[in-house]
Amino acid sequence: MTIEERSNIDIIQEKDNNIIGEPYETVYQKPGTLIDVDMHYCPGCYHSLVHKLLMEIIEEMDIQEQTIGVAPVGCSVFAYDYMDIDMQQAAHGRAAAVATGIKRLLPDKYVFTYQGDGDLAAIGIAETIHAINRGENILIVFINNAVYGMTSGQMAPTTLTGMQTTTSPAGRDTNIHGHPIKISELVAPLPGAFYVTRQAVNNANGVRRTKKALQNAFNYQRLKKGTCLVEIVGNCPSNWKMTPIECTGFVEEQMMKTFPVGDIKLPKAEDLKNLKEA
Amino acid sequence: MTETKLMKGNEALAEAAILAGCDAYFGYPITPQSEVLEYLAREMPVRGGVVLQAESEVASINMVYGAAGAGFRAMTSSSSPGISLMQECISYMAGAELPCLVVNVNRAGPGLGTIQPGQGDYFQSVKGGGHGDYKLIVLAPSSVQEMADHVFLGFDLADKYRNPVLLLSDGAIGQMMEKVQFHAYQPPRVDKSSWATIGKPKTRSRNYITSLFIQPEQMEQHNQKLEAKFRLMRENEVRFEEMNTTDAEYLFVAYGLSARICQKAMDISRAKGIKVGLLRPITLFPYPSKRLAELAPQLKLVLSVELNSGQMVEDVRLAVNGKVPVEFYGRMGGMMPTPESIAEHLETLIKYHHDN
Amino acid sequence: MLEELIVAGFGGQGVLSMGMTLAYAGMVEGKEISWMPSYGPEMRGGTANCITIISDNKISSPILSCFDTAIVLNQPSMDKFATRVKPGGLLLYESGTILRPSDRKDIAIVGIPATAEALKMKNARIMNMIILGAYLHLKPVVSLDSILEALKKVLPEKYHHLLPINEMALEKGEQLIHELEEPVMLVC
Repeated sequence: MTIEERSNIDIIQEKDNNIIGEPYETVYQKPGTLIDVDMHYCPGCYHSLVHKLLMEIIEEMDIQEQTIGVAPVGCSVFAYDYMDIDMQQAAHGRAAAVATGIKRLLPDKYVFTYQGDGDLAAIGIAETIHAINRGENILIVFINNAVYGMTSGQMAPTTLTGMQTTTSPAGRDTNIHGHPIKISELVAPLPGAFYVTRQAVNNANGVRRTKKALQNAFNYQRLKKGTCLVEIVGNCPSNWKMTPIECTGFVEEQMMKTFPVGDIKLPKAEDLKNLKEA
Repeated sequence: MTETKLMKGNEALAEAAILAGCDAYFGYPITPQSEVLEYLAREMPVRGGVVLQAESEVASINMVYGAAGAGFRAMTSSSSPGISLMQECISYMAGAELPCLVVNVNRAGPGLGTIQPGQGDYFQSVKGGGHGDYKLIVLAPSSVQEMADHVFLGFDLADKYRNPVLLLSDGAIGQMMEKVQFHAYQPPRVDKSSWATIGKPKTRSRNYITSLFIQPEQMEQHNQKLEAKFRLMRENEVRFEEMNTTDAEYLFVAYGLSARICQKAMDISRAKGIKVGLLRPITLFPYPSKRLAELAPQLKLVLSVELNSGQMVEDVRLAVNGKVPVEFYGRMGGMMPTPESIAEHLETLIKYHHDN
Repeated sequence: MLEELIVAGFGGQGVLSMGMTLAYAGMVEGKEISWMPSYGPEMRGGTANCITIISDNKISSPILSCFDTAIVLNQPSMDKFATRVKPGGLLLYESGTILRPSDRKDIAIVGIPATAEALKMKNARIMNMIILGAYLHLKPVVSLDSILEALKKVLPEKYHHLLPINEMALEKGEQLIHELEEPVMLVC
């Protein structure tokens, strides 16, 4: 069938609702919780993919009415333009404190923050650590792409050793700039951390595993046992100056060396038993 | 009959917060206002409400942001250096139109300064403090009773205008004890469902709290909306107290603790036959400029008395617009002007202006 | 009636609670009151003071530079506040601690060995109540009954078993005034 023939079928379908011949079966569609607008993200950016995963989970769990998200300052500052849920936009780095304010007043709702590495690991590290240390029953979704995206590619606390950015033009020198900070490993030992995992969406398996991790984290929130942090290794085609495919290569060959994917802290079996009972 | 209690200003404020239906208090210790956090940490869990000691003033005010954004009555309190840390989020809250009550028990600065009382945060309170075009309604209690009363008023005004309200007190009013009465109060019903983030039902579109309007056209439109609100505040919310102004030829202008000291200075001067009155702004924004302008023609001299290097005096001068000389008298660093020294200073100024 | 009073001494001598007890007693009697403490690190072992005002009328300034009465419990407070008693006023001091009282002639200066008496009563902490008893005998700005009522509020409930000894201390203060070699002449 040519493209023209396909569009003809679409037109016919639109004109009268009788499906003619049912040439295709719907195998995939965007979740209804993802607002149907063009995203401002650069082509190949993982943000849009992670947004979709989150919104799929919220639709599948049917918790749109029970979920409040907190957007950071950074590329995902406009997350509320895409996620069809109630949201608050927080000042730079303060998402975990804002989420604390929401969750303490609405303890039975699902509350998550969506933050990048500049937001969470630099300016907001105090709020992040203290929220986790208090065991706030929130989910922190941490997109780590090792660079400040929104402000055009400056060095982040997670920038890899030797990596060139606009503010480390000769590459990150650990003698000057220190080392890339591993947030998940840093927070996992805190008793308030319930579930800490690092995932990547560099391939189909990774996407499935990331979704599973996010699903787990939403479910665990019902237990009120502490904070879940899902770190997702991100990318940045524009500021890494790479094509999306090159980005994926960089994620697999470079990023994952410093930020290996896998679970860092898992809930106790006993707690999970309670979840099943609940 | 309502029971009369003897309370510290800070404790009266904390008790009032509970009675005003404050759902959540987030705070961080700092002298001279830690009693607020201590009182609420003790009382709120028992009487219903969230209280949390945050890791910093920055976190406190952002927790207030979250709670207020979810439609709850939320507040924080601190003293000058801590309030400086909160300015970013206060600006965000004004931008995102979130109601809340922020209490500043002013100590003397700049920097770490001293823990003794001061009024050096006047500019920060009424001229912005944080970034961007916004205003806070600023209430200035001058007694322990008003420390309590202004909490109720502050929450109501915050809800009415969807704007943060600042209660600007000082270390002396916070620490001193006076009689206080709490009157029956029922928080007004405010429908926040059109904007509060409590979870989106299928029946409405999503609510989101933001102060980001990246398109200049939208940002200006939002600025104009806020300006219209601030204009309404100027029209409707000016509050002040006047004493002995009917026959006054001279006028003290002072707020908070300074106004109390000026009352005694006024008595001293009046006993000597000097016809001096007192105008005490209760709202520092909106400022009682109109009333000052009305009084100007009958006055020979206005003296602004402050615990700083001369801040409010600028607003007094703007208000009277050159119609009458405006002078300033103040002490700083936690030092207090005595009633006698104020009266004496007034006499010196009267003589100076008479001779020149 | 207007009484403008400052109580000053070392932190831990019961300076603030003496003023607070008076303030409560004033409230019990329906008077206007104001209690303004010095606060901060100086409270912990350093010098502390509080200005207490009791009045039939609304109180204007809670901060004052001169006083009808100064009760001073250590030498630095004597040195600082003796000059700030209004002419005709009262300067009451603890005579065991303060060895160099003021030599002003225009005010009444009264020393009470309250610390020694408190030790005789086997409770050093009631020194302030002995002084208060002496003060109230010289200047009955509130009644002793109101003070006893006030103590119930100032003392946490777990210390209410100490109410009788506090009452005895107040009476001891009154007695010490009677035992003075020279009668006190107050210019009122």
